[in-house]
Amino acid sequence: MWTYWLNPENPGVGFWIADTLSAILAFMIVLLLSLAFLLLMDRKVWAAVQMRKGPNVVGAFGLLQSFADFLKFVFKEIVVPAGADRVLFLLAPLITFILAFIGWAVVPVAPGWVIADLNVGILYLLAISSLGVYGIIIGGWASNSKYPFMGSLRSAAQMVSYEVSIGFVIVTVLLFAGSMNLSDIVTMQAGGFWNWNLLAGHSLPWPMFLVMIPMAGVFFISALAETNRPPFDLPEAESELVAGYQVEYSSTPYLLFMIGEYLNIVLMCAMTTILFFGGWLPPIEIAPFTWIPPVFWFAIKVVFFFFMFAMVKALVPRYRYDQLMRLGWKIFLPTSLGAVVLVGAYIAYGAN
Amino acid sequence: MGRIEQTIRGALLLDFWGAFVLGMRYFFRPKPTVNYPFEKGPLSPRFRGQHALRRYANGEERCIACKLCEAVCPAQAITIEAEPRADGSRRTTRYDIDMVKCIYCGYCQEACPVDAIVEGPNFEFATETREELYYDKAKLLENGDRWEREIARNLELDAPYR
Repeated sequence: MWTYWLNPENPGVGFWIADTLSAILAFMIVLLLSLAFLLLMDRKVWAAVQMRKGPNVVGAFGLLQSFADFLKFVFKEIVVPAGADRVLFLLAPLITFILAFIGWAVVPVAPGWVIADLNVGILYLLAISSLGVYGIIIGGWASNSKYPFMGSLRSAAQMVSYEVSIGFVIVTVLLFAGSMNLSDIVTMQAGGFWNWNLLAGHSLPWPMFLVMIPMAGVFFISALAETNRPPFDLPEAESELVAGYQVEYSSTPYLLFMIGEYLNIVLMCAMTTILFFGGWLPPIEIAPFTWIPPVFWFAIKVVFFFFMFAMVKALVPRYRYDQLMRLGWKIFLPTSLGAVVLVGAYIAYGAN
Repeated sequence: MGRIEQTIRGALLLDFWGAFVLGMRYFFRPKPTVNYPFEKGPLSPRFRGQHALRRYANGEERCIACKLCEAVCPAQAITIEAEPRADGSRRTTRYDIDMVKCIYCGYCQEACPVDAIVEGPNFEFATETREELYYDKAKLLENGDRWEREIARNLELDAPYR
């Protein structure tokens, strides 16, 4: 960083700040706008599976539904419960919201289209997603109410347990890539869909896809748990805890919680795309596929995984708490640990 | 099911993929949704909705203030006061229905000997204040005038079964 400032040929600090700020602004606007339509897609997918039509009144096909909801949330009254810790109560949704956004700083959506091309991008993402627990715990505790507190306790245990297996799955990808830079991880997968980390084609004749396909599954399922999505939505389990840590929230704080939650989901979809499905790379690098710009390939893949998130919510019944813990600690942790060993063995003895 | 088989099913997510295929099949089925404010479901001729006081074809109100409806009303939502009119016929001076108390049982229209009080097909009469739901005679007669065609058709359709 300092060498950049000391080199007189580089443009000055002002340019750098303006450049970064405009990039951040562009990311935020695009993310929020696409989030509005992803939310609608989410609801439309559940509706279609349940043979309903879903929101279809506001705008053509209900396209403006999310904006109507946004206005509704903003114009409602903010209720702070008696006995709640006022500062923390209002801080918690802000934490969730901000953490969901700053995670996107290191996500490359196309070659060079990234706010901060960190060398330790993955560690940064892991750190940010671990911090995400704080928003929920603080929100549940500061509400001074029983259900939110129980919800936040559950979410603390759940998010911490699944972070472990997510960490190990990421390690397997890191061993393949030899880099923690997300852009490097994507460019390493170039050449065609068989080179994506999912199939690990470059490791042939060693059949590493036997390890990486289950790891992609483990990562996706852990991502569900990490973002408190069904079937792991125990923190908000509306049939038991009403809405978990969100019970006492209304109006804009609730909106911030919701945006943060959905942004985390999209971030997890982006992570799956980058780590296992070749990020912005087309599946086959020949004419009709390479015409589509990289950023659209990235968006297509992210939307596909978001669709899978929505389908899982529509199909799978909620786990019990002990089943959740069993899956995390007794199945995913040993499996991903074994995968790390296998990939490590391949790197040490099988590669080149 | 053996434990090994169960483990394999779980590891391959077979149950999930089965559900996924089923879900996608439902995904493209035609939707039974009725776009309510724009399209409405069918109503039986016996539907018991908003009350109305009917008139004869010559414009004379049907109600003769026999107070049978007031007597039969299980929720005691109906209040009637009556006096002889200038021409000597017995008519109501007050006919109030508290639509908040009403349980829409339909006993009033069953009890009515002259088909004056009826429950029409209208069910969209939500209001913003409670006071607007305390219907008086003028409101009920206005309802009768507005819904007369539907009410008459429903009575005719339902007549064979009464």
